[in-house]
Amino acid sequence: MYKVANRRQLAPSIVLFEVEAPEVAQKVEPGQFVIVRTDEKGERIPLTVMDFDRTKGTITIVVQDVGYSSAIINQMTERSAFLDFIGPLGVPTEIENYGTVVCIGGGLGIAPIYPIARALKEVGNQVVAVLGSRSADLLILEEEMRAVSHEVVIATNDGSAGVQGFVTDGLAYILNQGKTINAVWAIGPVVMMKAVAEFTKPLGIKTIVSMNPVMVDGTGMCGACRVSIGSETKFACVDGPEFDGHLVDFDLAMQRLSYFKDEENRARARLQCNHEGGHH
Amino acid sequence: MKEKATRHEMPCQDPVIRAHNFDEVALGYSKETAVAEAKRCLQCKKPLCVGSCPVEVLIPQFIKKITEEDFAGAGEVLKEKNSLPAVCGRVCPQESQCESKCVLGIKDEPVAIGRLERFAADYQPAMGKSKVSVPAPTGKRVAIIGAGPAGLTCAGDSAKKGHAVTVFEALHVAGGVLMYGIPQFRLPKEVVQSEIDNLKAMGVEIKVNTVVGKITSVDELMAEGYDAVFLGTGAGLPNFMGIPGENLNGVYSANEFLTRANLMKAYRFPEYATPIKVGKRVAVLGAGNVAMDGARTSLRLGAKEVYIVYRRSRTEMPARVEEVEHAEEEGVKLYLLTNPIKLNGDDRGWVKSMTCLRHELGEPDESGRRSPVPIPGSEFDLDVDTVIVAIGQGPNPLLTKSTPGLELNKRGNIVVDPETMETSKPGVFAGGDIVTGAATVILAMGAGKKAAAAIDKYLKNM
Ligand SMILES: Cc1cc2nc3c(=O)[nH]c(=O)nc-3n(C[C@H](O)[C@H](O)[C@H](O)COP(=O)(O)OP(=O)(O)OC[C@H]3O[C@@H](n4cnc5c(N)ncnc54)[C@H](O)[C@@H]3O)c2cc1C
Ligand SMILES: Cc1cc2nc3c(=O)[nH]c(=O)nc-3n(C[C@H](O)[C@H](O)[C@H](O)COP(=O)(O)OP(=O)(O)OC[C@H]3O[C@@H](n4cnc5c(N)ncnc54)[C@H](O)[C@@H]3O)c2cc1C
Ligand code: SF4
Ligand code: SF4
Ligand code: FES
Repeated sequence: MYKVANRRQLAPSIVLFEVEAPEVAQKVEPGQFVIVRTDEKGERIPLTVMDFDRTKGTITIVVQDVGYSSAIINQMTERSAFLDFIGPLGVPTEIENYGTVVCIGGGLGIAPIYPIARALKEVGNQVVAVLGSRSADLLILEEEMRAVSHEVVIATNDGSAGVQGFVTDGLAYILNQGKTINAVWAIGPVVMMKAVAEFTKPLGIKTIVSMNPVMVDGTGMCGACRVSIGSETKFACVDGPEFDGHLVDFDLAMQRLSYFKDEENRARARLQCNHEGGHH
Repeated sequence: MKEKATRHEMPCQDPVIRAHNFDEVALGYSKETAVAEAKRCLQCKKPLCVGSCPVEVLIPQFIKKITEEDFAGAGEVLKEKNSLPAVCGRVCPQESQCESKCVLGIKDEPVAIGRLERFAADYQPAMGKSKVSVPAPTGKRVAIIGAGPAGLTCAGDSAKKGHAVTVFEALHVAGGVLMYGIPQFRLPKEVVQSEIDNLKAMGVEIKVNTVVGKITSVDELMAEGYDAVFLGTGAGLPNFMGIPGENLNGVYSANEFLTRANLMKAYRFPEYATPIKVGKRVAVLGAGNVAMDGARTSLRLGAKEVYIVYRRSRTEMPARVEEVEHAEEEGVKLYLLTNPIKLNGDDRGWVKSMTCLRHELGEPDESGRRSPVPIPGSEFDLDVDTVIVAIGQGPNPLLTKSTPGLELNKRGNIVVDPETMETSKPGVFAGGDIVTGAATVILAMGAGKKAAAAIDKYLKNM
């Protein structure tokens, strides 16, 4: 069992968990993920590592309630434990000194971008963060991001914080300051990553995105996580999850994320029933 | 004089009923039938059957115990050579192994060795746990990577020699394909679990959730003090056809489909949280055991029409004979000499049909099998809403890529000394599907056994 050492509500449906997983914590690097299972009947859920503490032996994950299993996770308390906690999985981020880098996190994507920004800063990059959310109250981890970036630009759709608009508007704002950008990391909803990749492609700026397809085993055994990269099929769990954003087929990725929508709605409905105390 | 009895059939669930449930299809012999079938065995002095069993089960001896109605004794005899008899009795391709050489088979039908093995093995748990004697520890430590039949066998045999054994498994349960691939209705997971519990009772430590190559590596394990390592990571990399439309929604690899159904118990969704989606018309590409399992699982999940689409003819189908028979009885249809060239999708990105090309058998190829040749202009569309790709698995490179010094062949399988199963890396042994490519449970077990003997020798000479 992997005990929850700390739980912190970051936004109405977003919770941060610090989990005791000493062996995973020894090995994990920025950009990698874990697969967790809450109980015997649970699904295997992939989650990116937001932070790790090798001495304390903990891994921090940030979970957004979007469906049945993520809702179950977010109901966990500091007395709960995960049944399974598998990792680190995936290829770590290629951390080197690129010069000036922009780390874009959209919505929940701010959590996985955090350790990447920190590592990039540690090796000497000039790190500019662009944080996007629908509105100010949904913006997570702003303080943490300020601590690991040289500059933070905020973009909210409703203008309740920072510039009004999307993360691409934040990116445009940085370019307008006359900065040369050597590389961009963008993590967030697929539509956002697609927009960033389309924005940077004509400018020739290297852009890395982190794909989050449906996964089962996370070891390259099932092929559920296949993505199309430069018209080649790759398995995101072992070849990624990070890929060159200019080569990713984002439309296919969005289509594949809707694979189990009907079933997900059924599971979700069951959760709501249970909440109301009824069995239908 | 022995009366001449014909081979005894094993009772099965009615096909119409079983096609809609996940309970075991074959019900096993009763005591009376088992004894009667066992009496057919001639107790040959030089039993040819034994030579065709990869682990050389003492076939006449265990069958003799059944004739004497010493069923527990029969189980003991089985265990001497085979650590997973309840599994092998169910899934071995007996027709091409032990039973293929049975002398009775020359004129008549061979002894039903597999069914008897299953009977004797199943008899044991009912009697309570058999006692395990743990030998004196040798002080040597063996690490086993992968808890499939190869790894588990190597673990059991190494533990019997007194070595301290730890098995590292990537998934959250041990068993390999026995747990994630082969369905409940063919191999109940309780059977596998009880075999694994026996190993644990012998002192084997099993660490699940441990992907070697990520959380640790072979070199690190050796540095930590493991004296020998066995690699039994299987053939877990699904092949795809490489045809247009393969990434459409509704297209699964057999591994994904079966893992959802078996390992994650999606057939009990939403009680179990992992979803699975099966349409009305399912095409399964391929004709091995994996394909049959995909087809029969689809039926049980509610598909109305299920097709096996295979480019060769019936005689070349690699599945166990019994599985093909069972599938057809349950209503699976075979589209032989047919190969898909393209999957077509609807405007939401879901597969809706499959363009196929008919084939005919041409000249024999190097393997001596007549190879399928496409018939020009024979394209036709098959309406389907689910496609399961079951055209084989390659070696998963996760472990081999992270282990420097391992010689691989050009397909990515580990190269070993066939006598000792030792790899090019000293102290590291390998066996099962990762060495041979996708094969059978019993061959993997045979390899695990051979490796355990070699490891023991290696440790003694250290
Ligand atoms: C490598 C990787 C890293 C991830 N990191 C995180 C993370 O750090 N924090 C976090 O909260 N989530 C993360 N996810 C997404 C997370 O795994 C899914 O949100 C979760 O599996 C949904 O399960 P559910 O049963 O709650 O929702 P479901 O009922 O399965 O789905 C609800 C909705 O979410 C969408 N969805 C389903 N699966 C995914 C998915 N894999 N990615 C995105 N949307 C999905 C569906 O389209 C559906 O609309 C990651 C996914 C991957 C593959
Ligand atoms: C659907 C299906 C049906 C089949 N039906 C039959 C049948 O009826 N009869 C028959 O004889 N054979 C059958 N087979 C074939 C048979 O199951 C295999 O040949 C056999 O399981 C191979 O055993 P193995 O121990 O080499 O590998 P596997 O059973 O594949 O086990 C390998 C194990 O290693 C683990 N692993 C892999 N990489 C790592 C890593 N890096 N770190 C830690 N663990 C790792 C895997 O998770 C897995 O548990 C079938 C196969 C399938 C897929
Ligand atoms: S293990 Fe398999 S091959 Fe050997 S005797 Fe038993 S059924 Fe036959
Ligand atoms: S060859 Fe057939 S008859 Fe002879 S011992 Fe083996 S099973 Fe019995
Ligand atoms: S999740 Fe199964 S191959 Fe990637």
